[in-house]
Amino acid sequence: MEIKLNGETREVDAETTIARLLEQLGIQPNNLAVEHNGEFLEEDALEHTMVRAGDRLEVVRFVGGG
Amino acid sequence: MTIAASEQISVRLNERGISVARGTTLRELRRAHKPDADVIIRNGFPHRDDVPLEEGDEVVLIRRGEVPSPEEMESLMTARHGPGVHAKVKVARVGIAGCGGLGSALAVALARTGVGALLLVDFDVVEPSNLNRQQYFVDQIGMEKVRAMAANLARINPYVRVETRNARLTRGNIADIFVGCNAVAECFDDPAAKRDMTLAVREGLPRTPLVTVSGIAGHGPAGQIRARRVFKNVFLVGDNENAAQPGRGLLAPRVVVAAGLQANLILRLLLGEIGQDDNE
Repeated sequence: MEIKLNGETREVDAETTIARLLEQLGIQPNNLAVEHNGEFLEEDALEHTMVRAGDRLEVVRFVGGG
Repeated sequence: MTIAASEQISVRLNERGISVARGTTLRELRRAHKPDADVIIRNGFPHRDDVPLEEGDEVVLIRRGEVPSPEEMESLMTARHGPGVHAKVKVARVGIAGCGGLGSALAVALARTGVGALLLVDFDVVEPSNLNRQQYFVDQIGMEKVRAMAANLARINPYVRVETRNARLTRGNIADIFVGCNAVAECFDDPAAKRDMTLAVREGLPRTPLVTVSGIAGHGPAGQIRARRVFKNVFLVGDNENAAQPGRGLLAPRVVVAAGLQANLILRLLLGEIGQDDNE
């Protein structure tokens, strides 16, 4: 099924959680800001939230230094 | 047939257009307008000799160590920054979360730009290891960063209102502290704090634009540090890759590039040049 990730269309498996999707994409599961269809998710919600066709996901993983 | 030369010529004196009698010399101009000036600059060059003015000359009369008056500072900003820019920035209040490498350089850029007010928040003190990239001086080691930066900004532009909070920012207090800011900059070191700030501002101050930073370490190509929108009202500066770590520390060039991108983005936001759907 198709979703939009950071503005780009992507094919993902059906019945995937956001946590699993991030793992597949090689995104480390810490210091994340994840916006799912306009709403920010807490880190512990990522494992329970399913990805559905047409979902809009914006993901930023922050790295240190300032 | 000769045409009589006009009696008056137009010159600019300290950024203001004035009319003077043809033949007036630099020193006569000084005597008439600023007799205590000890430096005379004409068309960009300091002059010790006395010469007659010419049409279109730009003259600056300076007394060493004299702080420009509020009116002079205002007219300098207005002349430099173009129509309308200063009017908008001087009524703006920008919050800066963290006064390390990013925050200190950002504060300096915004103060020079003439932003109306800056709110500086940090809990830290100036350490010797900060000096490789942070806008502090050797005689400020051991001082609270917010106090040191306030002192520096007072010497750069005394007409910026600088508010300081010596405090540790948390997800719980960020919205309360930055309420009333027209824009906020995230200038932390710790990536978890960067994340917390993003969520706190999006939840508590959803209409306040936030500029965060991620990925500025090392000395790889600085062109990889970009500025882009990531969420509604949240922009990200950085290469989003180069974390600060042993063997790849923070160096002034890339830190200043990132702070400059933050400053420019904030300026554009204050000027209303970034639309709801614009990416940068």
